[in-house]
Amino acid sequence: MAGESSKESIVRASSQFDPGALLRRPMVIPCLLIVILMILGETASPGFASPGQIIKLLTLAALMGIVAAGQNLVILGGREGIDLSVGAIISFGAVIAGNIMQGANSMVAPAILGAAGAGLGIGILNGIGVTILRIPPLVMTLGMMGVVQGALVAMTRGIPSGNAAPVLADFITQPVLAGIPGILFVWIGVGFFMAWLLSRTAFGYRIYAIGTNQRAARLTGVSVWRMRIGLFGLSGFFAGLTSVFVLGYTGNSFIGVGDQYMLPSIIAVVLGGTPLSGGQGSYTGTMAGAFLLVILQSILITLQMEEFGRQIVFGVTLLVLMLFYGRQHRLRV
Amino acid sequence: MNRDTGISTVSAFLRWVDLARRPYLPAIAVTLLLFMLNGFLQPKTLRPVSIVADISTYLPMILLAVGQTYVVLASDIDLSVGSIISLVNVVTVSVMAALGGSLGAIIAGIFVGIAVGIVCGAFNGFCVAVLRFQPIVSTFASGIVFAGIALWILPAAGLAAPDAYWETYGENVAGIPFVLWILAAMGIAVAVIAQLVFARSLLAVGGNIQSAYQSGLPVARLRVRAYILCGLFSALSALCLTGDTASGDPLLGAKMTLGSVAAVVLGGTALSGGRGNPLGSIFGAVILGLIGSVVFFAGVPFEYQNLVQGLIVLAALAGGVTVARR
Repeated sequence: MAGESSKESIVRASSQFDPGALLRRPMVIPCLLIVILMILGETASPGFASPGQIIKLLTLAALMGIVAAGQNLVILGGREGIDLSVGAIISFGAVIAGNIMQGANSMVAPAILGAAGAGLGIGILNGIGVTILRIPPLVMTLGMMGVVQGALVAMTRGIPSGNAAPVLADFITQPVLAGIPGILFVWIGVGFFMAWLLSRTAFGYRIYAIGTNQRAARLTGVSVWRMRIGLFGLSGFFAGLTSVFVLGYTGNSFIGVGDQYMLPSIIAVVLGGTPLSGGQGSYTGTMAGAFLLVILQSILITLQMEEFGRQIVFGVTLLVLMLFYGRQHRLRV
Repeated sequence: MNRDTGISTVSAFLRWVDLARRPYLPAIAVTLLLFMLNGFLQPKTLRPVSIVADISTYLPMILLAVGQTYVVLASDIDLSVGSIISLVNVVTVSVMAALGGSLGAIIAGIFVGIAVGIVCGAFNGFCVAVLRFQPIVSTFASGIVFAGIALWILPAAGLAAPDAYWETYGENVAGIPFVLWILAAMGIAVAVIAQLVFARSLLAVGGNIQSAYQSGLPVARLRVRAYILCGLFSALSALCLTGDTASGDPLLGAKMTLGSVAAVVLGGTALSGGRGNPLGSIFGAVILGLIGSVVFFAGVPFEYQNLVQGLIVLAALAGGVTVARR
């Protein structure tokens, strides 16, 4: 016992002096990068890091972060878990919410229920396809994306309709308390919920268990398929919830409004230190990852770079970031 | 005696239909079924002219799906193929325009375009196999870069390709439509690659990368080669698409990436790698096209076409996966 603990303390002591180990901690790099990018942005364009501007960035990050919460859960569950349908669900949910609301404040609650419920339903269908029909998540959610986009066209006849209620738009874009818009409180709420779910509940522990070793988890009595349906359901739910906020942010829905969230939600999770292989990582990291993505995009716009330059710098930055983490293991004999 | 030969013929046939060894057979069956259904709904689609027109429409996706297959066989994925198409398209058309649109300019444009595809593929392979980035994220990021470079070279669609280029693409050569020559050449290339040690090694890497490495296969080099091949086929796909659209468009391939993945899965190739065949992907791409055509000719109301198409594709994907698993 004593030998083990002294060995542990040696390991811990040596890791304290190893800058590489510090950098390998999931939260350190995104936070460091956020600070660096903030300084860079402030130097390039004074006012970039002003409180008002930061709140605007956080608002965008909240939209990305709430979708990424569901994406995070699906990815943590392992077995190539990924949800490509979140973008389509957001587009779909925005139209549903907009049509329920029709600009009426009294209909905001039913609209949230409708959109989140639709997302949950689509997510559960994804989960059923992945578990019972044993379709790989990438394929299942890709196919579902096509179906949801088709349903959207059938529903709207290609003409988007519905708009946000004033109270919802204000909640997203205007300060409600201490200069902070309501959406950020929602995001903080989601953050606490995810932290509670992942580190305080049996469900949370089981997510890591099935993400690390599905077989071992099943042998200890975890109902893996029910877990996984739940994870995809939650991913759909979060995407549906986001759709209402996106509608509030843009005012009215347009076809493909959710497309811009599909792959970035995955990137936010990876930048936050959750590998696509699942089983390890935290939502706190994903929140930082979402914020990092938004700052990066915003800096490129602030620099008044042209579209092509923005894309090139954004892509190259993602590739450079991957040098630091999210890499696969080296093959060994 | 007679009965025995009958039984042995049947069992030989059943052995041949072994889906584990020929995962592409259901895709061929579905293609034939859809083709006949299409002909039943609209007899004109059975005319040779229509078939050639269909092939020239499907050819870019066929080439793209074949390229994607090699990457998927090694258990990787390439989400940048659509951007490679856009980049090759604008580079080729720009080179042809800059050199004056003569025959020499066209040939130079084709070669530069193919070189760009190969370089893009090599870059992806380097990131995934040497730097060990996660394929999905890495190729998504490189795809953004490629698309950005395409926008840099040609900010807006519209630069015309030389007449001789797209006219040749749509014409008959030696009495046979040019697209059929391309299809045949691609078929030969796929058959030749299938005979190489490379193809078998790739399956070994996709089946179990650890044991492939331990048995001494040059895993990283094989994965890089698969990505290079994918880049090459994406470039060829772009050249065909350019023959069809006759102009440069920096967003040309944007919507084709996920379709290529779907075509690979429809063809019976397992996304987890180690199992499958580019032949299946060829039919997978044709199935994707035929589904759209059948839904159109079946008289489905306009607003429901996408939904019905999406449902059929989802069902077909589920079927393709079930077949690949056997």
